[in-house]
Amino acid sequence: MTGASTSLRLSPTLAFSTVVLTMFALIALVSLVALPQDPFDFITDEPLMPPAVGMWLGSDYLGRDVLSRLMDGTRITLFMALTATLLAHLIGDTLGLLAATRGGFVDTVLSRIVDIVLALPKIIVGLVVVAALGSSVWVIIGIASVVYAAGVFRIARALGNDLKEMDYIKLARSRGEGMGWILFGEMLPHVVRPLATDFAIRASFAILFMSSLSFVGLGVQPPMADWGGMARENLGGLSTNPLAAVAPALAIALVSIALNLLVDALDGDARH
Amino acid sequence: MSTNILTVDDLRIATTTGMPVLDGISLRVCRGEVLALIGASGSGKTTLALAALGHLRPGLRATGGSVRLDGVEMLTAPQPVLNRMRGRVASYIAQSAAAAFNPRMRLGDQVVESALLHRSQSAVQARARAQDLFGYLSLPNPDRIGTRFPYQVSGGQLQRFMIAMGLQEEPLLMVCDEPTSALDVTTQVEVMRLLKQAILDNDTAALFVSHDLAVVAQIATRIAVMCAGAIVEIGDTEQIINAPREDYTRELIAACQHLSLGALAQRPARLPASADATLSVKGVVAGYGKVSNGKPSIATLHGVDLEVRKREIVAVIGESGSGKTTLARVIAGLHAPASGAVTMSGETLAGLDAQRTAAQRRRIQLAVQMADTALNPKHRLRRILGRVLAFFHGIKGAAAEARMLELLAMVSLPPHYLDRYPTEISGGEKQRINLARALAAEPEILICDEITSALDTIVAGQIIALVKRLRDELGLTIIFISHDLATVASIADRVTVLRHGRVVEAGESAEVLSAPKDPYTRLLVASVPELRQGWLEDAAAMRATLATELETSRPGAA
Amino acid sequence: MGSQGVVNFIIWRLFATLLLLFIVSLLVFWACEILPGDVAQVALGQYATPENVQALRLEMGLNEPAAQRYLHWLAGAVQGDWGRSMVTKSPVSALLSERVANTALLAGITTVIAVPLAILLGVAMAMWNGRALDRGASVVILALSATPEFLLATLLVLLFAVNLGWLPAVAYLSTGSGIGQTARALLLPTASLVVVVTAQIARMTRAILGNILTQPYIEMAILKGVPDRRIVARHALRNAVGPIANVVALNTAYLVSGIVVVETIFAYPGLARLMIDSVQSRDLPVVQACAMIFCATYVLLILLADVMARVFDPRSLPQRPMDTI
Repeated sequence: MTGASTSLRLSPTLAFSTVVLTMFALIALVSLVALPQDPFDFITDEPLMPPAVGMWLGSDYLGRDVLSRLMDGTRITLFMALTATLLAHLIGDTLGLLAATRGGFVDTVLSRIVDIVLALPKIIVGLVVVAALGSSVWVIIGIASVVYAAGVFRIARALGNDLKEMDYIKLARSRGEGMGWILFGEMLPHVVRPLATDFAIRASFAILFMSSLSFVGLGVQPPMADWGGMARENLGGLSTNPLAAVAPALAIALVSIALNLLVDALDGDARH
Repeated sequence: MSTNILTVDDLRIATTTGMPVLDGISLRVCRGEVLALIGASGSGKTTLALAALGHLRPGLRATGGSVRLDGVEMLTAPQPVLNRMRGRVASYIAQSAAAAFNPRMRLGDQVVESALLHRSQSAVQARARAQDLFGYLSLPNPDRIGTRFPYQVSGGQLQRFMIAMGLQEEPLLMVCDEPTSALDVTTQVEVMRLLKQAILDNDTAALFVSHDLAVVAQIATRIAVMCAGAIVEIGDTEQIINAPREDYTRELIAACQHLSLGALAQRPARLPASADATLSVKGVVAGYGKVSNGKPSIATLHGVDLEVRKREIVAVIGESGSGKTTLARVIAGLHAPASGAVTMSGETLAGLDAQRTAAQRRRIQLAVQMADTALNPKHRLRRILGRVLAFFHGIKGAAAEARMLELLAMVSLPPHYLDRYPTEISGGEKQRINLARALAAEPEILICDEITSALDTIVAGQIIALVKRLRDELGLTIIFISHDLATVASIADRVTVLRHGRVVEAGESAEVLSAPKDPYTRLLVASVPELRQGWLEDAAAMRATLATELETSRPGAA
Repeated sequence: MGSQGVVNFIIWRLFATLLLLFIVSLLVFWACEILPGDVAQVALGQYATPENVQALRLEMGLNEPAAQRYLHWLAGAVQGDWGRSMVTKSPVSALLSERVANTALLAGITTVIAVPLAILLGVAMAMWNGRALDRGASVVILALSATPEFLLATLLVLLFAVNLGWLPAVAYLSTGSGIGQTARALLLPTASLVVVVTAQIARMTRAILGNILTQPYIEMAILKGVPDRRIVARHALRNAVGPIANVVALNTAYLVSGIVVVETIFAYPGLARLMIDSVQSRDLPVVQACAMIFCATYVLLILLADVMARVFDPRSLPQRPMDTI
């Protein structure tokens, strides 16, 4: 146990991911209270102006402050990703564990539905739904939570099925214990960690998925912008202010990489 | 004149986090000599055996000392030198052949691989040598069997391929790590005999790792007793068995003798059991797959009867695949029989526990083999025991605490264990908690399914003594399921022998075990290792005479 | 017999795949024609007169029952007739042909480069098992596999098109352009895709091999004196073929999302770009066609992955031919 915790403390990748994730979480919180500039105000007449004093990342294609929009976008991006992942886990964990413990008809029906969802390319599902319903923050969150709930279901069901074979679960059942005790008393403590790990990796998928939709112009709609949207709208200004497009794309990469490194470190730790 | 093949000097190995695993080991193995390393699990014997080949598992490092194999310092030798030595100067025989053969390579290719890599034999020579060895080790169709994949042969045959692989390059030393522990007793005798013969015929030295003193006594010229990473005692086999100097060795031998057929004679007269059966199993057929006409598509039990009287210990014996665990699960209500009935004190029990009454579920309790999966590792022992008390008896709070302390005392564990997690206690202690949990329900019938088979000899002996004491003190009726006749001999009043899902013999244990009638039972009895030199040859001879008799009655291939 | 088992498995999976495609077609049709309400209204916009809407309804056959329209659409789709575009009024199939070829070209080149590269990289990392080189490469691969394609593409454009001016920032393909011009146009889009796909497949290949390297039969090979390289190349790789085949097929399927992004950045005239434009203009017949083509490709690749994994599974080898001895 002590060995495991030392290896956790020593890992530079873990330190990196913790710092990055904390930083963006703080930025998102700060953006609720105050921003350097109004993210929707046309501050300067000069669009795509390079960085300058007071506009540390320059201006965007409409002359708005990139830094303020980036901070505002942090909040939107993280909120959407976390909400979608949370919903995906609420749906997927509940149904997955239910399918594992109940088995039979419930399991078969849910598993087949999940097979279908997983057999479709997520981005195409997203495009079709946007074509049908139009694009809004909640439509995007809805799409992401449903497509990712299918993957979560698989994980939760597999965990449940493994646990079900454990003698302590079988003995509890043979004692006559009810479903409540089996699920919450015996199983829950075992699934918390793997599901938390899955949450982190799933959140990174969700960020990439939602940003991709925004990047192709079918996600969050202007004037509101998440990081993917910002990267898109400023793509034309690579020669004058490349930061306007690169900074938000870099932010996405940083958060996604940090989440992946975190999971990698946690997984390696769990293997000890 | 003795030439040292292996010289280990003050060897120290620790985990990368600094925990010592081997603590100053020194030993030598000379030409033609078989040195046995005996010790409990965790004593470091496998680490030592692998170090002889210059191999440390991930997470381990050598902190001092030396290992010299045929004059080469193995701890510091560069990889190409190690690769040249391994297989050729010293070969390795792993415990589980099923896991140690690559599932996607043909067995023959794996056997000759190191000879071809070392260029010690030409391809033609290597094939010929391998075929000779297959024949020598009594593998069927030696010229063709090498083209098979591992999953196409039986466990006993795989272990022989492993021995052939170890002999291929006629090494000076064979390192055998529990080479027969994964086998059934009846198979073990044959593999042991072949291994011993091979070592003698090739004048090979061997380092033989085992937890079983009786097995070791058959094959070793010298024995080193290991405990907690150090050698407790080292000496000739004769001396270690008959005149041990250290207390630990004496304890080991005592446990070994206690768990042997000899224990039958030393048993006190058993308690008078009441005449009527408290539990009876009638014509139970069970298995897996779709049931039609009372028969499942894959049957593991074909009409089994069992009678258990009050306060009696009845043993059910069988090798892997005999259906003994299925029987335990049928009685416990974890596995619904396809047909047949289980009755307890006159009440017919429903097939599955869900349909049984709470009282019926309480009266039959099951303790299972793997204590690791039997106890929820995320629950403290207080919660594990407390839940059963609350569930069956509604006892909570101070009363529950008092009762839990009583239960711990019953299984000889100290009170502060209530705050521990299962991961913080030893295998034997887990098995005690396993029993304590069953006792918390206040059962009448306790089913013990292989509860000692994962334990070391000394600890197993203690658990057996505990089970016996529980019967005497609490008046429990016990169904004791095991593959190990020696364990059973020391505890059971009556014995039922299962083979391929059928009862082949049943009766008083003294009668069944001392004068078995069925040839299979006779083979089983003859296969129990005894702590005397020369037993192996007797057992092998006995096996040869019984083999033909058995072959005619054997429904499936071994 | 094993080979019989494989054949049965393939037949069964083919059947399941057809069933799945049928369900997908129902979903796509439902999403595009029933969900948005009145398609004719959507097509003409909110300022259309009721007369115009009614005329279009008649023209599109929207007054027929949905089931009949679905069957009509499905029958057409099977023969390659996807109806007419609402925007350009031309047949959808005419719009598709060139786009499908362009996307297939991009995906094909990416796969041909990325797959061997990734497997080599994964195997090499496994051979450096645990050494600094392996650990360093693992972190880099992990980071690249988690990087969005549009960051890579943006940086490549910034460097090679904006700063150095070596390559075009947009990838126009025209029928008249020569091989050299096409290659120049394809270079940056392909590079962006190759990096991410290679990273992902290499990472999984490394993980699969890493798992296998902890098996007892690998330790046995070490103890037989088999050199490290041979252990990875002969002992481990044999057991990894099935899972790696699976990963490769799944990741080439994953290309879909990368292609959507990359075609957008480089204004590449592919199927994904067409689909996005059609979603924006709510040209639903085109969206349906594109969605069906993407889904069918994806589903077929997953089928291929399953079949490969099954063929390379040792249990599908002939069972115990000499069991009686």
